[in-house]
Amino acid sequence: MAEYREIIFNSDKIQTDDYFVNIGPQHPSTHGALRIVAKLEGEIVQSIDPVIGYIHSGIEKMCESLSYPQLIHLTDRMDYLSAHMNNEAVCLCIENALQVEVPERVKYIRTIMDELTRIASHQLWWCATGMDMGAMTTFFYGLRDREPILDIFEETCGARMTFNYNVPGGLMFDIHPNFQKRVKDFIRYFRKKLPEYDTLLSGNVIFKERTKGLGVLSKEEAIAWGVTGPSGRASGYSCDVRKLHPYSAYPYVKFEEKLATDGDTFWRYQLRIEEMWESMKIIEQLIDNIPEGDFAVKMKGVIKLPEGEFYQRVESARGEFGVFIVSDGKKNPYRLKFRSPGFSNLFVLNELVKGVKIADLVAIMATLDLVIPDIDR
Amino acid sequence: MKALFNYIKEVLGGFYTLLQGLGVTGKYLFTPWNYVTQSYPENREKLQMFERFRGEVIMPHNENNEHKCTGCGLCELACPNGSIEIISKSILTEDGKKKRIIDKHIYHLGMCTLCNLCVRACPSDAIIMGQKYEHAVYNRSNLTKVLNKPGSKIMEGIKE
Ligand code: SF4
Ligand code: SF4
Repeated sequence: MAEYREIIFNSDKIQTDDYFVNIGPQHPSTHGALRIVAKLEGEIVQSIDPVIGYIHSGIEKMCESLSYPQLIHLTDRMDYLSAHMNNEAVCLCIENALQVEVPERVKYIRTIMDELTRIASHQLWWCATGMDMGAMTTFFYGLRDREPILDIFEETCGARMTFNYNVPGGLMFDIHPNFQKRVKDFIRYFRKKLPEYDTLLSGNVIFKERTKGLGVLSKEEAIAWGVTGPSGRASGYSCDVRKLHPYSAYPYVKFEEKLATDGDTFWRYQLRIEEMWESMKIIEQLIDNIPEGDFAVKMKGVIKLPEGEFYQRVESARGEFGVFIVSDGKKNPYRLKFRSPGFSNLFVLNELVKGVKIADLVAIMATLDLVIPDIDR
Repeated sequence: MKALFNYIKEVLGGFYTLLQGLGVTGKYLFTPWNYVTQSYPENREKLQMFERFRGEVIMPHNENNEHKCTGCGLCELACPNGSIEIISKSILTEDGKKKRIIDKHIYHLGMCTLCNLCVRACPSDAIIMGQKYEHAVYNRSNLTKVLNKPGSKIMEGIKE
């Protein structure tokens, strides 16, 4: 950015073949109000500068004036595609601080919901990635398969995106009687449909030629920039919070942490497809064994955290999501900080796009899976 | 020779992957029972929301125009963004005691995030989530509603 301003103000520095293109803030392939200033030479990208903050809503500051049960609903509005994980992170943080043990039933249901959210998020990401690269079909096929999951959510949580289903100490309602049947139906359905994704996009020769070897992120760089989630794991950086710091029912299930070594656009894509298979495995292990019991423990009317600092991380669909609460013993937090995966994943983009064509910039950006409210919050 | 053979194989293989993709879309094009799109405003009659669907906050009244709200104000306290305002008034009961009852339960739908916290907080289950999903109005002020109907009173037997 500095360079960009400098050039504007010192016009003798302008070189005739350098020019700047603004992508966004209103551009479909930035998936939200994100502005990318790209410095181009001809069609080749030299560097980019992400400008964020167009939809900054001050959620962290707002949380300071809300009580703990109230602030959970704001986390739905950050990374709206992994709303359930965000809710859970705050609840786990509060429960750990108060040393409340939630019933097993709650853990199972939370984990199933997490994985359903992950599948739904990856489906929408798949839609958008295809569309960014000019494949309109994928958009409708992905949304078609996402619909049954949203129906499951709507039936049990009462909302399709902003669930607010977790409360400190458990869940807002018990699962709907149809829940198990619907989830099983969905898994059966989606096991048939997921191979179609491979036929449509992963196997497509044009897609492969465009993405293989493009935007390579090395493992060292991934660690240095804090790139987590499938984007980091595609570079061989083992960072799955579900494995490293298991929470809820993850210790009870068997699943693989998918890793790749190439770190290019194709593998970032491929890993998300494989994660959907893994998520389905996790759900299948849990769905028949949901223990009986309460869906929430009784909490005090006014929840006050003990004085101190508390951190909780979860694996959202995009990477490590963290909640850091500083409490001074009152009923609202003194300071609350969210570590959102999108923020770190966005700023590595400059390293990946040097020397690629401008159309490939869009492809690389798509496989980083950016959700803008998650970055701006 | 081998290189040429591989080249031709690659080109044909590439075409094959494209045809496979077209096969998937073609299959759906010619099987109308697989269509998933719905024509929305036309199917309004049939469109049923799930029972837990959170469309708006409503206060159910029975046939005698009675509701369960005591005017305790707990929902107002639970709401994270001030979407609910409780205005209460005091009346004299038959045995001459003063009593506070609800005058107006004001609800700002335009501010509400449909978080369900007020419904959870209400001790007498006076408010619930409604199923309405079309909220567009011509004027913003139409989004502010008074939930207790005019002339309504509290149901018998609701303890305060
Ligand atoms: S649903 Fe939430 S935001 Fe809406 S009125 Fe109730 S407490 Fe307030
Ligand atoms: S709706 Fe319920 S919580 Fe709100 S004032 Fe009436 S009785 Fe109290």
